[in-house]
Amino acid sequence: MAGGGNVVATWLNTWGFPPWLNSLLTGIIYLVGVLAFIFLNVIYLIYLERKVSAYMQQRLGPNRVGPRGLLQSVADALKLLGKEDIVPRHVDKWVFLVAPIAIFIPAVLLYAVIPFGRGLIAADLNIGVLYFLAVSSTTTIAILMGGWAANNKYALLGAMRAVAQMVSYEIPLVFSILGVVMLVGSLKTTDIVAAQEDVWFIFWQPVAFLIFFIAANAEVNRGPFDLVEGEQEIIAGPYVEYTAMRYALFFLSEYANLVSVSALAVTLFLGGWQGPWLPSWLWFIIKLYIMILLFMWVRWTFPRIRIDHLLKLNWKFLLPLSLVNILVTGVGIKVYQWLSPGRW
Amino acid sequence: MEGGASVAIFWLLAALTVGAAVAVVMLPNIVHSALYLVLTFIGVAGIYILLEAEFLAAVQVLIYAGGVAVLLIFGVMLTRRGHIRQSNPFNSYHVAAGVVSLALFILVVLALGRSPWHAFPGPWPEDTVGAVAEAFLGPYVLPFEVAAVLLLVGIVGAILLAREEKGEK
Amino acid sequence: MANRIERKSRLGEDLLIFWGRCSKILYQYVVVAVFLLGAIGVAVAALAANWLVRPKRPVAGAKGETYECGLETQGPTWVRFKVSYFLYALIFLLFDVETVFLYPWAVKFQVMGWFAFAEMIVFIGILVLGLWYAWKEGALEWK
Repeated sequence: MAGGGNVVATWLNTWGFPPWLNSLLTGIIYLVGVLAFIFLNVIYLIYLERKVSAYMQQRLGPNRVGPRGLLQSVADALKLLGKEDIVPRHVDKWVFLVAPIAIFIPAVLLYAVIPFGRGLIAADLNIGVLYFLAVSSTTTIAILMGGWAANNKYALLGAMRAVAQMVSYEIPLVFSILGVVMLVGSLKTTDIVAAQEDVWFIFWQPVAFLIFFIAANAEVNRGPFDLVEGEQEIIAGPYVEYTAMRYALFFLSEYANLVSVSALAVTLFLGGWQGPWLPSWLWFIIKLYIMILLFMWVRWTFPRIRIDHLLKLNWKFLLPLSLVNILVTGVGIKVYQWLSPGRW
Repeated sequence: MEGGASVAIFWLLAALTVGAAVAVVMLPNIVHSALYLVLTFIGVAGIYILLEAEFLAAVQVLIYAGGVAVLLIFGVMLTRRGHIRQSNPFNSYHVAAGVVSLALFILVVLALGRSPWHAFPGPWPEDTVGAVAEAFLGPYVLPFEVAAVLLLVGIVGAILLAREEKGEK
Repeated sequence: MANRIERKSRLGEDLLIFWGRCSKILYQYVVVAVFLLGAIGVAVAALAANWLVRPKRPVAGAKGETYECGLETQGPTWVRFKVSYFLYALIFLLFDVETVFLYPWAVKFQVMGWFAFAEMIVFIGILVLGLWYAWKEGALEWK
């Protein structure tokens, strides 16, 4: 029932379960898959980021734990697991304790609408893209919770900056996706992938892709938009008072969000899982890693941007540009329809 | 979904929504109140989903939980006040407030009880987003454009307020 | 009295018919609900694992102080912030509301005529007016 072409749901249907049990089991199977995907990717991504940054700065990067330092991140994760959990005296206790859980929830929920391959999607919602945007917008609340509850000036300042930045860049992000939605006429992520069988939307919507990429960089608070954490001035921003597993959850969510926003970029602009010869999920992973490497390249190339420049770039450049993009796309589609009435 | 399960989930969501709303009013710390308000918004979104109004649910989360809540917390941050732990105090009008609230509650319950409830005739629309668009750009185009004017007034008002703030310093 | 009871039962019946018919979409949200509960469960389990393994020492002395690079913190943290944050959030909210109108429009764009397109251009135009005003008044500057 959950999605016509859904591989897992179709397989479960052969067992003849009642529909509610079927969708429950579908959910559990996908949840396990997604969680494994998140954990494996994050562990490996942290290593990858350290290696990429090291090579870009002519260093070696982690190379002691395991062959070529491959086990470094595993060791770090185990270390965090065994660390003391300090709750400072001045914090607002309950909000402080709940914030790491609150930030992890949207990070996982986002993966429900990502098509990982042909028929590999947990919930093919009618409002797919809008669901992604809505769920990701709640991340700001969790960051505010963490930063405010810590009762620490660096944390609060970091959280306020983070939220001002995230809400600002959400607008161009949302508008850049509109161009794609206009071309497809559906918010379903599977429909968007299916519509890119011949031509990827990056070729129809290059400007939108650029806006999306810049805004996504700001949404996940990565360099050059990482003044949220600004290590040299406010240490770790909203996360400064967190230790052990609570800190790990923030870190995990941050990287999980990087993966999910890259996955959304692949789905919207790079044809999703479409591709010849190789299996669809492999194409998805290849494109996903190309996007992630692009994010890393940008992060380790550009210096951190100042907050007034950051907001100026958003409101005075990206937002007007995204509006123009919508207008041009609209006129283009209408003119195309007018010239070739038979096709529509 | 099975009728019984839906009803049970509805009561669960209703309890969550109402409980969080009570916490918004009762808690002494206004930031806690704002955070519970987010929970209320999300509970309402859950009820929308139960009614299959998924577009409305997404909008509820996007605008209210992700937008209005942030605005509220920023608003709290810029107001001048005493200690944060006592920022949502009670005044001395307990009885009057209680009577007014009770009267409103009774009125709403009576109105609900007297309304003729009927299930939606015909097949349930699958494409709720498209239906919303057709309503906006078809019969309801005037309210739609008025909404834009309202948003414009909002922007202008905000800027004027902020400018006054500047003059004060 | 009988009338009242009859009405009550009819209400319940209608609700059951209503909920009995909603199916296909709701089953997808069962999956979303599983994700939601699973996320909470995993986060709590990770914290519990940490609790089992970690050393348990009391938070005493300077360990429980606010960490600001070794200096003692001065004055309260929860002070008044500047108005710029609020202003950005407000302008954000207005454009956020606009997306609510834009997304349904974009979905139906291809099947609708030039008239719907013109209506949306008027709508966006009015908001661009607001953006232009904010720009002119310097509300988009970070001061």
